[in-house]
Amino acid sequence: MTKKKHPQRPSRPLYDNPVSKWIDKRLPVFTFIRHSLDEYPTPKNLNWLWNGGSLAGITLLIMIISGITLGMHYNPDPADAFNSIERIMRDVNYGWLIRYIHVNGASFFFILVYLHMFRSMYYGSYKAPRELLWIVGVLILLLMMATAFMGYVLPWGQMSFWGAKVITNLFSAIPVFGDSIVQWLLGGPNVDAPTLHRFFVLHYLLPFLIVAFVAIHLICLHQFGSNNPSGVEVKKSEDQIPFHPYYTVKDLYGLTIYLLVFAGFVFFAPNFFMEAVNYNPANPLVTPPHIAPEWYFLPFYAILRSFPDKLGGVIGMFSAVSVLFFLPWLDRSKIKSAAYRPMFRPLFWVFILNCLILGWIGQKPPQGWYLIIGRLATLYYFAHFLIILPVVGWLERPLTVPSSISEYCKREHNRRKK
Amino acid sequence: MTEKKNKKNLHTRRDFLKLTAGAVGSVGALSAVWPFMDSMNPAADTLAQASIEVDLTEIPEGSGKTVLWQGTPIFVRHRTPKEIEEAEKTPLKQLIDPETDKARVQRPEWLVVVGVCTHLGCVPLGQKPTDPRGDCGGWLCPCHGSQYDTSGRVCHGPAPTNLPIPPYRFVDDNTIKIGVTDD
Repeated sequence: MTKKKHPQRPSRPLYDNPVSKWIDKRLPVFTFIRHSLDEYPTPKNLNWLWNGGSLAGITLLIMIISGITLGMHYNPDPADAFNSIERIMRDVNYGWLIRYIHVNGASFFFILVYLHMFRSMYYGSYKAPRELLWIVGVLILLLMMATAFMGYVLPWGQMSFWGAKVITNLFSAIPVFGDSIVQWLLGGPNVDAPTLHRFFVLHYLLPFLIVAFVAIHLICLHQFGSNNPSGVEVKKSEDQIPFHPYYTVKDLYGLTIYLLVFAGFVFFAPNFFMEAVNYNPANPLVTPPHIAPEWYFLPFYAILRSFPDKLGGVIGMFSAVSVLFFLPWLDRSKIKSAAYRPMFRPLFWVFILNCLILGWIGQKPPQGWYLIIGRLATLYYFAHFLIILPVVGWLERPLTVPSSISEYCKREHNRRKK
Repeated sequence: MTEKKNKKNLHTRRDFLKLTAGAVGSVGALSAVWPFMDSMNPAADTLAQASIEVDLTEIPEGSGKTVLWQGTPIFVRHRTPKEIEEAEKTPLKQLIDPETDKARVQRPEWLVVVGVCTHLGCVPLGQKPTDPRGDCGGWLCPCHGSQYDTSGRVCHGPAPTNLPIPPYRFVDDNTIKIGVTDD
């Protein structure tokens, strides 16, 4: 696929100003901005699901800004960590607001990223030639998980402490070296001052790694441009419109709605995603009666607990994420959009439902029916990737795919008229 | 933008929308930035004026005591009659930052000043009788050589102003409370 300039948009010098000209010759920053906003051709039929990426990027920025501000007041010492958070809530100017932004921002970041991923799955965005774009995305998800986990430990409440304990103990399942690895991770025989301190440092570092991976993600994206609801690649110039102003405005509109919902949670339900137990200071002597991770880890937690074997559970949980790396090759169908895949389309929704079931099971005690449902759901999760996707790609008779994006738009237009 | 401006009507409806949307957006962005800026100002607990009491019986005549008040060193100096006389006699014309000694003390034998050089923030020497006190008999700043007299007034630069007086009051003859002026 070669990039075509939009016909209505002849290349024009953006920088008549001699200073801009001088800078651009040495550091082509204006050329870069024009290239990625003005000239970057984008399919003309993107729907609201394509807002997810820019919203996630802005959320990352919000998290970094609020996180740096919190870091100025936080003390990563077991004796003072909990108190320093309470001081932020009570004494630091607007500390309550900044902390609630950061806490809810984490949940919203995961909501957006999961939506972003489900969109890719529905419209087949991970397929050739965007496999690496998807893989970099999964790496970003992994980094986010590590960052979120370590951030959750910092307030040093009961859930923080026991979450840290349980998750680091996962590594003790590794044969032979398990215990030494856990000790190395914790910096001692138990979760304590060295653990908290390194978690704080890493929690501060990893977001900047995420920024770097987002940049790589964008470079991959700009290589072939966005996928679109038809799943058909751009063929002629009339299939596309310049990113600016069409999608900058659409992204800004999405951002306004998103920020309204976000602010709604921050101001009116700031503790909606939080566990009340975590407002108790960490106590290494007493485990809370009911331990559950943050909601965004629940499906993976359910998979961990579905295995009757310690090592098996850990392998199962890590496989649940790493199987995503192979998705571009597990899905054998050449057709991208689920709209033209009559067998895959219902199965996609079954997969979503199954993820929700896993999330629900993740917060229930692993006993009786919950355990059985959890095991079946775990089995289905892996079956979806390892059996259903390859087989459906082979069995399925796809519907006729539109010859181009413009053809797709005509079809949609006629469909809506009826 | 792609649309061409109507020559008869230079201000289009779109111009109006752009300007108003931009203005509302800027106000929103600025009000979102403020909490983050303000969070770097001193927090409520830092501002809570913690006051401290100093027992004056511990300080012999001719000597001083340094106490920490809100993270800042405070000099409490028990002046000798000779030092008081010197401070009172100094002609104001000689001073860089003219101020009478009377205006700087509540009781002449006790001088209470903030022990931070007004030049660049070092703590001047002169609290102990063995410290160098400079030519004016008060304090000498080791960083850049500013000198203060027995009233804490700058008598030799580069410091531009006198050592400030913190708020304090006498609880009784032997105790002062720094950080409050009255109950």
